[in-house]
Amino acid sequence: MASALINVPKRAKPGEIIEIKTLMSHVMETGYRRTATGEIIPRDIITSFACRYNGEEIFRADLFPATAANPFISFFTVATESGKFDFEWIGDNGFSETAAASIIVE
Amino acid sequence: MHKHDHSTRRQFLGLAGGAAMLGAVPAVTLRSAEATPVMLAAAIRNVVGGAVVRTGKVKLDVPPLVENGNTVPMTVSVASPMTADDHVKSIHVFNEKNPQPNIGNFHLGPRSGRAQVSTRIRLADTQKIVAIAQLSDGSFWSANVDVVVTLAACTEEVL
Repeated sequence: MASALINVPKRAKPGEIIEIKTLMSHVMETGYRRTATGEIIPRDIITSFACRYNGEEIFRADLFPATAANPFISFFTVATESGKFDFEWIGDNGFSETAAASIIVE
Repeated sequence: MHKHDHSTRRQFLGLAGGAAMLGAVPAVTLRSAEATPVMLAAAIRNVVGGAVVRTGKVKLDVPPLVENGNTVPMTVSVASPMTADDHVKSIHVFNEKNPQPNIGNFHLGPRSGRAQVSTRIRLADTQKIVAIAQLSDGSFWSANVDVVVTLAACTEEVL
């Protein structure tokens, strides 16, 4: 159900600064909305996002209800070596999703 | 003993106040449950402690006029060489009038290469957005932007 879209350059030169774009499908229910009958819709958000580059964490974000639905996050990193990016989203109600992308640096 | 505990307990209550309020308030006055400038100040103090926050270095890009507060593009960038000795450690974004003062915390490092983060946020009202960056030398820098929102997010009813 949940799915991730990742945009990482396939190739980069050593030392090149590359942009990584991520999108995770998620309702990001704020916990502040009510139904027509006045009941509060419980909070259901992604609270944490992290990116590891060959095992080392290079970026992390704490998210709040103020993040729009289907959280889009983009950031930068220095391409140091060929390998793998691992992405992880963690949220309410046991939400946990991962994704990966590889890069060739030469 | 009790006296000694008092100040830390008060600080804790101050920080927890926002969360506690959100738990207690909705039954009666959900719509007034918005972050106040006091909560904004508390959230900022929670991050910077007693440090001086200077204006500059940080660039906060948010459209000045937003039609739909449910998804507002935001980019924060910080002027920094992003070297091991001089880099941005974290970027914190706050708001004045959403139900909660926090928008996001972003943790960077020298491996980031460029201190820039983009995301999409929700804005419940016309308000001020504040971005604060912590540099590796421990200093804090900030930028403010005022955003006019014509259709608010977060607290509208679902039919």
